[in-house]
Amino acid sequence: MNKQLAWVIGLVALVALPFVYRDPYHLHILVLILIWSFAYTSWSMMGRFGLVSLGHGGFMGVGAYVTALLWNHLGVSPWIGIPAAMLCAGALALVVAYPCFRFRITGHYFALVTLALSGIVLQIIIATRDYTGGSLGYTPERTKGSHILALQFDDKVVWYLIALGVWAGGLAVWYWIDHSMSRYAMEAISEDEDAAAAAGVNVTAEKLRITVISAVMTAMAGALYGQYQMFIAPDTVSGIAVSLQMVFAAVVGGIYVALGPTVGAVITIMLAEVLRIGFGTKAVGWDNLLYGVLLVVFIIFLPKGILGTLLAWLKSPSKQRDG
Amino acid sequence: MLELRSIDAGYGRFQALFGVDLDVKAGEAVGVIGPNGAGKTTLMRVISGLIRPTRGSISMQGTDVLATAPHRIVSLGIAHVPENRRLFPRLSVEDNLRMGAFMPEARARYRERMDFVFDLFPRMKERRNQLAGTMSGGEQQMCAIGRALMSDPKLLLLDEPSAGLAPVVVQQVFELVKRIRAGGLTVLIVEQNVQQVLQAVDRAYLLEAGSIRASGASADLLANDSIRQAYLGV
Amino acid sequence: MEIFDIYLLEALVNGILLGGVLALLALGLNLIFGVIDVTWICYAELVMIGMYGMYYLFSVYGLPYWVAAPMCILLVAALGAALHFLVIAPLLGAPPINQLLATGGVLFVLQSFATVAFGIDFRNLGIRLPVLALGEMHFSYARLLAFIAALIGMVVVYLFMTRTYTGTAIRAIAQDRQIMALMGVDTKKIYLVTSALGGGLAGLAACLLVLQYDVHPFVGLSFGPITFLICVLGGLGNFVGGFVAAFLFAEIISLGGLFSDLEWGYVLAFAFFIVMMFIRPAGLLAKRS
Repeated sequence: MNKQLAWVIGLVALVALPFVYRDPYHLHILVLILIWSFAYTSWSMMGRFGLVSLGHGGFMGVGAYVTALLWNHLGVSPWIGIPAAMLCAGALALVVAYPCFRFRITGHYFALVTLALSGIVLQIIIATRDYTGGSLGYTPERTKGSHILALQFDDKVVWYLIALGVWAGGLAVWYWIDHSMSRYAMEAISEDEDAAAAAGVNVTAEKLRITVISAVMTAMAGALYGQYQMFIAPDTVSGIAVSLQMVFAAVVGGIYVALGPTVGAVITIMLAEVLRIGFGTKAVGWDNLLYGVLLVVFIIFLPKGILGTLLAWLKSPSKQRDG
Repeated sequence: MLELRSIDAGYGRFQALFGVDLDVKAGEAVGVIGPNGAGKTTLMRVISGLIRPTRGSISMQGTDVLATAPHRIVSLGIAHVPENRRLFPRLSVEDNLRMGAFMPEARARYRERMDFVFDLFPRMKERRNQLAGTMSGGEQQMCAIGRALMSDPKLLLLDEPSAGLAPVVVQQVFELVKRIRAGGLTVLIVEQNVQQVLQAVDRAYLLEAGSIRASGASADLLANDSIRQAYLGV
Repeated sequence: MEIFDIYLLEALVNGILLGGVLALLALGLNLIFGVIDVTWICYAELVMIGMYGMYYLFSVYGLPYWVAAPMCILLVAALGAALHFLVIAPLLGAPPINQLLATGGVLFVLQSFATVAFGIDFRNLGIRLPVLALGEMHFSYARLLAFIAALIGMVVVYLFMTRTYTGTAIRAIAQDRQIMALMGVDTKKIYLVTSALGGGLAGLAACLLVLQYDVHPFVGLSFGPITFLICVLGGLGNFVGGFVAAFLFAEIISLGGLFSDLEWGYVLAFAFFIVMMFIRPAGLLAKRS
C-alpha cells in the first residue's frame, strides 16, 4: 500500500472519529494526546539533530502565560495572543541560542544553558506573582462574548478537531524539514560541525532556524494547552519537570521518526491516566518516578526509542532477524 | 623473559599485526625497526596491555600476560614509555613520577626509586615542580622514561624515543638507555632511527606491514644490504 | 546615604558567604565532568536527598548535628558512587546526549522519590542559630558557618588531590585517560572514587544548606540552574573558573535580592550569564572546551 494513501486514510479516519464516537472523556484524552504530541514533535525537531534542549518547558510556559495574560489584562483575543506568544518564544530562543551557536556552545554546555533557561522562566513566573498568580496558577477568564474570538469551547469535539489540525500541522512541518536542505545541513552539523562549516554550511543560521521553529511550535502547544484546560500553573506548563517529560516521551517514542513523539505522548498520557485512576491523589509523584526510571532504562537499553528500535529492526536484513 | 607467539592484532576491522613471534631474554636490549605504519606501536601496546591481540599468546617470565587485567600488567614488571611521551601536561614532574609509582609495590619504595631516577636525570630534580607540559621535548622524554622506571620494572618498553627530538638530544637519550641497561634492565626499543637503535641494542627484528621480515644481531642487520638501502639510505 | 551603604555592604558580604557554598557545588560538578566527562544534571537533587537525610537524622532520630553531618556526607557519597555504577558506567561509550538524558532521568527519579517518600511539605531543621551583628549589619551564623565549612571542604579536597596517590590519579586521568593502565591505575575504580567524592561534596553542601533553607522535593530547582550556569561560565572542568564564577554569581544574586525579590536575583544572574557569553564566549577562564 502506498504510504501516502495510508496517511490520507488514517487522517480521514481520525477526522471522522468524533462524529461517530463522542464519549467526552475519551475525546479529552485524545485532545491531550494530540496537543502533547505536537509539543513533543516540536522538541524532537531539535533533538533529532543532536540539539538536546532541556528547557522547552520554558517555551511552553511563555506560550501559555503570554496568551493568558494578554487575554485577561488587555482583552486581546488568543487569535492574536497566540502568535504574539509565539513571537516572544521565538525572540527568547534567539536571544539565548544565538550566543550559544555563534560561539560553538554545544552538547553538555548547550543542554545546561537550556536547563537553566527553563528554570529562569519558572522564576520569572513566580516573581511576577502579582500578575501571574505565581505558583498557585493562573486562569484565563471565561468569555462572555464570542467563543470563537476567545478560542474557548465547551464542546470537546471542536477542541478535538483543532488539536488534530495542529498535530497534523506539526507533522507537516516535520516532513517539510525532512525534505529540505536544512535536514542534510543539520545532519552534517550533528556529525561534524567543523567539516560542515568547511563545506559551506552556515552552521549558526541553520541551528538557529531549527531552534526558533521548535521554540515557536512549543509555545503554540503551551498556549493551546492553556486555552483548553483553562488553567495553567508554573510546574504543569513550565519548569524542568515538563522539559524532562518532553525528552522522556520523545526518547521513548523515538526521536528520529515522525510519529515517534506521538507514540511517546500516547504512552505518557495513558500512563498518567492509568496511575491517576489507580492511585488517585496518591499518584502524585509516582508517575514521574516511573518516567524517571523508564527514561534511564530506555536510555541504557533502547536509545532509539520504541518506534525507532522497531523500525530499525524491521529494516534490518532478514537473516539478522530470523537469527 | 618475554615471549610473543603468533600474535594477530588490530583496530576494529583493520589488522595491524600478522602472526608475530618475538623473544626478549633477560638482560638483553632488543630493537624493533621498520617503516611507518608497520605496526611497531601496535606491538608495544599489545605487550603493555593497551590493546588485546585477537590471536596468539604473550608470556612474561612464565606468566600469561593475556590473562592479566591491563592495569595489572605493570605489576608483572613491564613498563611502557608510550609514543610521544604522553606525560600528564598539567601535572608537575614530581607528580608525573609519582604516577609511575602508583601500584602498591612501587609506592612502598617511592623515596628510593625517586632518588634513583633523580640520580639518573639530575635535570629532572631541578625541574621537579615544573609543569611537565612546559618542558622541552628532550626533557619530556627523560621524564617519561623516569616515570616508567619508578615502578622498578624488569622490562622497559620504549616506543620511538627519538621521535621529534633534535639529533643531539637523541644522542643523550640513547646514552641514557645505555646507562639503564648497564644497571641490568632489559629493554625493548621500537625505533624509526635505525642507525641509533642498532648501535644501542644487541639484536633487532625488522617489522614490515605487520610481519617480522628479518631478525638478527645488530651487526648483521647493519651489514645487510637491503636494510642499508631501505633504511640507511646507502 | 549611610544606611544605604551599610545595606550594600551587608549584601556584598552575604554574597561572599553565599559564594562559598555555590563554589562547593561547582567544585563537585566540575570534578565529575573534568574526570569522567559526564554532567550530573541531577547534582542539585543529590543535595536535596542529603538535606532530607539531615532532616531525618537530626529532627526525627534526634542525632546531634555533628554526628548527623558526617553520616549525611557518607550517605550522599555512596549515592554518588551508586549513580555512577548503575547509570553512568553502562553509558560511558554512548553519545554524550544519552548520558545527559540519563542523569535527567535520575533527576526525575530523585524528585519524585522525595515527593512520594517525604511529601511535598517544607521541612526545616528547626535550628535557630544566632545572628551576628556588626554595627547595622546582620549576618546569620548559619551563613558564616556554611562559608567556613565550605572553604575547609575545598581545602580538604585540594589536599586530597595533590597529596595522595588516588587524588593525583584523579587529576591525571582528566589529562590522559588512555595511558592510566600503564601505571597500574584501574580507571573504573578511579571513576567510582571520583563519583563518591562528588557525592560527598554534595552531602557537605546539603549539611550547610539545610541550616539556612527549608527542604522540599523541588528545592534543587533553586540552586541547580545557577550551579550549571556557574560551571558553564567558569568552563566545565575548570576548577578555578568555577570558583571565581561562583562568587560572581553569588554577588549578583545577593545584590539583586537587595533591590527586589530573590527570584529577580536569579533572573539577573541569568541575564548576566547571557551577556557574559557574548563577551567571553569560551567561559571566564576556560581552558577546556
